[in-house]
Amino acid sequence: MIKVKIHINGTEYEVEPGKNLLHTCLALGFDIPYFCFHPALGSVGACRQCAVKKFSGTDDKTGKIVMSCMEPVSMGLIISTDDPEIKVFRAAVIESLMQNHPHDCPVCDEGGECHLQDMTVMTGHNYRRFAFRKRTHNNQDLGPYIHHEMNRCIQCYRCVRFYKEYAGGTDLNVFGSSDRVYFGRQKEGALESEFSGNLIEVCPTGVFTDKTLREHYTRKWDLTSSPSVCTQCSVGCNILVGERYGLVRRILSRYNGAVNGYFLCDRGRFGYEFINHPERTRKVMARVRDKEFPEEIPDEDRWSVILSAVKGKKLAGIGSPVASLESNFALEKLVGKENFYHGIPDKTFTLIKTAVQILKEGPAHSPSLKEIEKSDALLILGEDPMESAPMLALSIRQASRNRSFEIAAGSGVPIWNDAVVRELAQKIKSPVFIAASDKTRLDDLAEEIYNASADEIAGLGFEIASLIDEAAPKPKDSGKSPGGTAKKIADTLKNADNPVIITGLHYNNVKILYAAANISRALVRMGKKASLSIIFPECNSLGLGLMDGKPLEELIEPAGMRDVETLIILENDLYKRFDKERIDNLLNNCENVIVLDYLMNDTAKKAGILLPAGTFAESTGTIVSNEGRAQRYYRVLPANGQIMDSWRYISGIIDLTGKKNSSKWKYFDNLVASMTDAYPSLGRIREILPDSGFRIFNGKIARQTPRFSGRTAINADVSVSEPGPPEDEDSPLNFSMEGFKGVPPSSLVPWYWSSGWNSVQAMNKYMDEPAGTPAGGNPGVLLFDNKNGRMAEYYKTE
Amino acid sequence: METPLTQYIKPGTPPPGIKEYERTGGYDGVQRALKEMKPAEITALVKSSGLTGRGGAGFPTGMKWSFVPEKTEVKGFKYLVTNADEMEPGTFKDRYLLEGNPHQLIAGMIIASYAIQAQKSYIFIRWAYKKAEIIIRKAIAEAYEAGYLGENILGTGYNLDLYIHSSAGRYICGEETALLNSLEGKRGIPRTKPPFPAVSGLFGRPTIVNNVETLCWIPHIVAKGSDWFRQLSLTGEGGTKLYGVSGRVKSPGLWELPMGTSLREIIYDHAGGMQDGYKLRGVIPGGASTDFMTENHLDTKMDFESVRSTGSRLGTGTMIILDDKTCPVAFIRNMIKFFADESCGWCTPCREGLPWAVKLLDSFEKGTAKEEDIGILEFLSRYMAPGNTFCAHAPGAVEPLQSGLRYFRKDFLRHIEEKHCPWK
Repeated sequence: MIKVKIHINGTEYEVEPGKNLLHTCLALGFDIPYFCFHPALGSVGACRQCAVKKFSGTDDKTGKIVMSCMEPVSMGLIISTDDPEIKVFRAAVIESLMQNHPHDCPVCDEGGECHLQDMTVMTGHNYRRFAFRKRTHNNQDLGPYIHHEMNRCIQCYRCVRFYKEYAGGTDLNVFGSSDRVYFGRQKEGALESEFSGNLIEVCPTGVFTDKTLREHYTRKWDLTSSPSVCTQCSVGCNILVGERYGLVRRILSRYNGAVNGYFLCDRGRFGYEFINHPERTRKVMARVRDKEFPEEIPDEDRWSVILSAVKGKKLAGIGSPVASLESNFALEKLVGKENFYHGIPDKTFTLIKTAVQILKEGPAHSPSLKEIEKSDALLILGEDPMESAPMLALSIRQASRNRSFEIAAGSGVPIWNDAVVRELAQKIKSPVFIAASDKTRLDDLAEEIYNASADEIAGLGFEIASLIDEAAPKPKDSGKSPGGTAKKIADTLKNADNPVIITGLHYNNVKILYAAANISRALVRMGKKASLSIIFPECNSLGLGLMDGKPLEELIEPAGMRDVETLIILENDLYKRFDKERIDNLLNNCENVIVLDYLMNDTAKKAGILLPAGTFAESTGTIVSNEGRAQRYYRVLPANGQIMDSWRYISGIIDLTGKKNSSKWKYFDNLVASMTDAYPSLGRIREILPDSGFRIFNGKIARQTPRFSGRTAINADVSVSEPGPPEDEDSPLNFSMEGFKGVPPSSLVPWYWSSGWNSVQAMNKYMDEPAGTPAGGNPGVLLFDNKNGRMAEYYKTE
Repeated sequence: METPLTQYIKPGTPPPGIKEYERTGGYDGVQRALKEMKPAEITALVKSSGLTGRGGAGFPTGMKWSFVPEKTEVKGFKYLVTNADEMEPGTFKDRYLLEGNPHQLIAGMIIASYAIQAQKSYIFIRWAYKKAEIIIRKAIAEAYEAGYLGENILGTGYNLDLYIHSSAGRYICGEETALLNSLEGKRGIPRTKPPFPAVSGLFGRPTIVNNVETLCWIPHIVAKGSDWFRQLSLTGEGGTKLYGVSGRVKSPGLWELPMGTSLREIIYDHAGGMQDGYKLRGVIPGGASTDFMTENHLDTKMDFESVRSTGSRLGTGTMIILDDKTCPVAFIRNMIKFFADESCGWCTPCREGLPWAVKLLDSFEKGTAKEEDIGILEFLSRYMAPGNTFCAHAPGAVEPLQSGLRYFRKDFLRHIEEKHCPWK
């Protein structure tokens, strides 16, 4: 990459050409105010806030005001970011925006996290000359997640650009003109897009705010936050969880340039209230004789009750695809490999094992979401990504734009010049093919859609593979796909530079996996850089698939049940996965049933002993995403009473039963060490994910901001004595304001803040450039990127 | 005096049908262009004639056409679009041509489309010009029937379709890029330039947008040549101009006169001078978004260059007269109110600045204005300068404001001191 020399405020800088000037200035650390620019949405030049002065040469003393977001960086560019005329203009833009802006700060949700506040301070505007009435709007009820307050709008247009153009939504739009412009729905009602929650972060003011946060509102600076990983699907988006007074308040996006980027889906953002739910299990409960449900027992009795259920008993353990690797491993260690059951229908587990095998063998690459976005031809074979992995579907939508970027580049138009790119390319897209059994919400992108049964979809896949490489086996009913669909797809994938196949376990059909593998192998054989993405059902399905486990069907059979005296079930409502009758039988026949869970679900109700497991917000654990990326979530709620990480309870039981254990698991890191010893394929987790000994300038990383308030008042109603802050022995994070407050490695970022940047825009200070790589690289460690390069065999079609 | 554009327009009688238009030699230009000339030759001819755009910007027409690339990366059509969205306040010249001689425009469009190798062309007409739309639809049908439109025009192998599309409204759609967005069915907001429409226009394709009056010249220039065109004017800019006058003059109207006719002649000879009892205080020469001229400028030759040297712009050449019995502040407020209402709402300075200016001007009228409000109005004029906004709407809007503040400052001050409008 040949750099160019430009002059900013009299100093020479060497920078990458082709980016827009605002992006480059921000990357260099200049604080330029802006609104309508967004690293993921590009530039449109609407708000006029990012003005700088451009000089035609060293003799030019007056210069010209230009918008930095629309100015391409080129050799010899001379600009000033602090020219007096520019400062007046920037303050004037804020003054304009303040004309109609309500004086809501004290009562506005956004306050303290508001980009408009930050830019107002940055430009120095402070005195209102506008002496007339402000225009007002009516608000709409946009559903249970987004609160609407249109008076605060500064018309940056980011909301509709994100919602419609980036996320493909159709029911949010801009209405009216002049200073009466309105952003909302044509008719009041819940927003339909799966990504509507991002409006909260994309909106620079308090127009769109988190309605769930409003139920239990607190200011951003008062939150204790932790880096975490979403557990709602297998994509593993990175999140920030914020709590105060023991209540989880809200979820924000945490930047991972390889996975979710700046955004989240609504399921991940708003699906946390189960943590605060009144039906949470918070205490150890035991079933007293003849009672219908388990009940609370005295605190001091809990370990003796547990001990009596496990000491000297034949144990069996049932794991879970939503529990962390560490919890599953701990259970396996407690009950022994021959007594550990993976807890999902065996057919699904076999599919997971097959998928893991395919990903391990390759040779196709297992792509990150960012890599999927770069694809120039995509085939979705037997999956519905909008249902099973929404953020992956969003990446597919971005990938469909790649052809338009090529066309724009041919006319010398850079990608960031968003409106121009879209106008030039019109409806031209990169090819996306969908083979599914019903309509999907990505159909609007598809060049061709093949709707058929799962087996027929597999047949299509085998045919495509055989058309790419004639050595690949043909399906029995070869050529049955209508209208040359298979040929069209095969030709397109063959001619692409970066083809991606997306498949998954959605249809529970192993032949679909075989077919997808064959297609990817055929492409690699033909010399293509192909990628294969497999969508798993749950957040740690792949992780569970990396471990061993016996099928629960064996245990459910009368023969299996006879041996078990105490059954330990880890975070798994078996009634959701198996027939009621068989689970009833199983649970009734075991002498003791110990359940570790966080909700009083049907399985928990049947427990003899119910142990309150920590949710992701109350626990530390590692899970593996569908890409094969191992990521760790860190608790945000300190250990509270009886709620503990599942692995901590199990570790306690191991100690209780006096089982021989090569290492004591008082500390999380010790457990991880044991785990990676037992499963070398997980070894990289220890190499790359920071352990609890990690320090920066001898400090742990503070979960609370420097402005956190009420530290001593919080418990004053209980006791005026000031307790020490809770310890976190599992991670390099502190539960206090103490410690390092700068930019930590990306997997340990607890909150975003930078001097002058209190809003989520501060995220950009944590990376080398906007939409770039965060400090320390993107979070997570890839478990499958060391392929041996050996050409894998084709799967048979029958 | 030659009046090529309007000689066959008789107000009160129907416009010439195709046969009558052919008899006047109207389609001779089309014959010559398509049968005897190459597209590049036509563009060169128009360039050499010096014809400049009559929509208000005065950009050299031939030069604009030359920006259309010969080949494009993606296959598709090129387009010619006629901007018939005449909504500049005070302007009514295009209407005269649209209602009066539709075939003149159609002939111009055919030649222009051929010059840039467009296969599709549109007339984007203001919704309110319903009468003209009906007339033009009839003329288009006549042209298709006669073989001047459609496939293999005049046996030359050239195909051209011509459509008329009536706008969904709003002044900003007269701005060429907002027009293209509106024509595509999108929100009528302007686009950033570059890229210019010649490179990325309608549906992202190479497009030329020209004004009605500009295109009406093309059949004449092709038929009679560029030297003929040049000698029609009094200055070097070539051709005639449709000049209009409205306001308190004895005979407001529209006249086709040599380009460069003096302001004095237009107002006092053709428009009959001021009505009895009224004195001239100011002239807005080219539609509302131009700066004032005063009695000191009466000898200005009304062409683009000469008017620019007075600090104003020729614009559309249709003038609005400010008389001495009309309050200048109210006059200006009326225009700013229009522009504020017509702001598309995309960029901050225009969207917020223009309504604030209106509110301030209202306070002058009400008598509640303070001295610092003049400073704020001047600040707003500088704030909405060209380059600070996304398009030329707001910079145009503040032209009457900032020139009015200069020439009529005393009147503004009187409103403040006397706490009411002295004209009421």
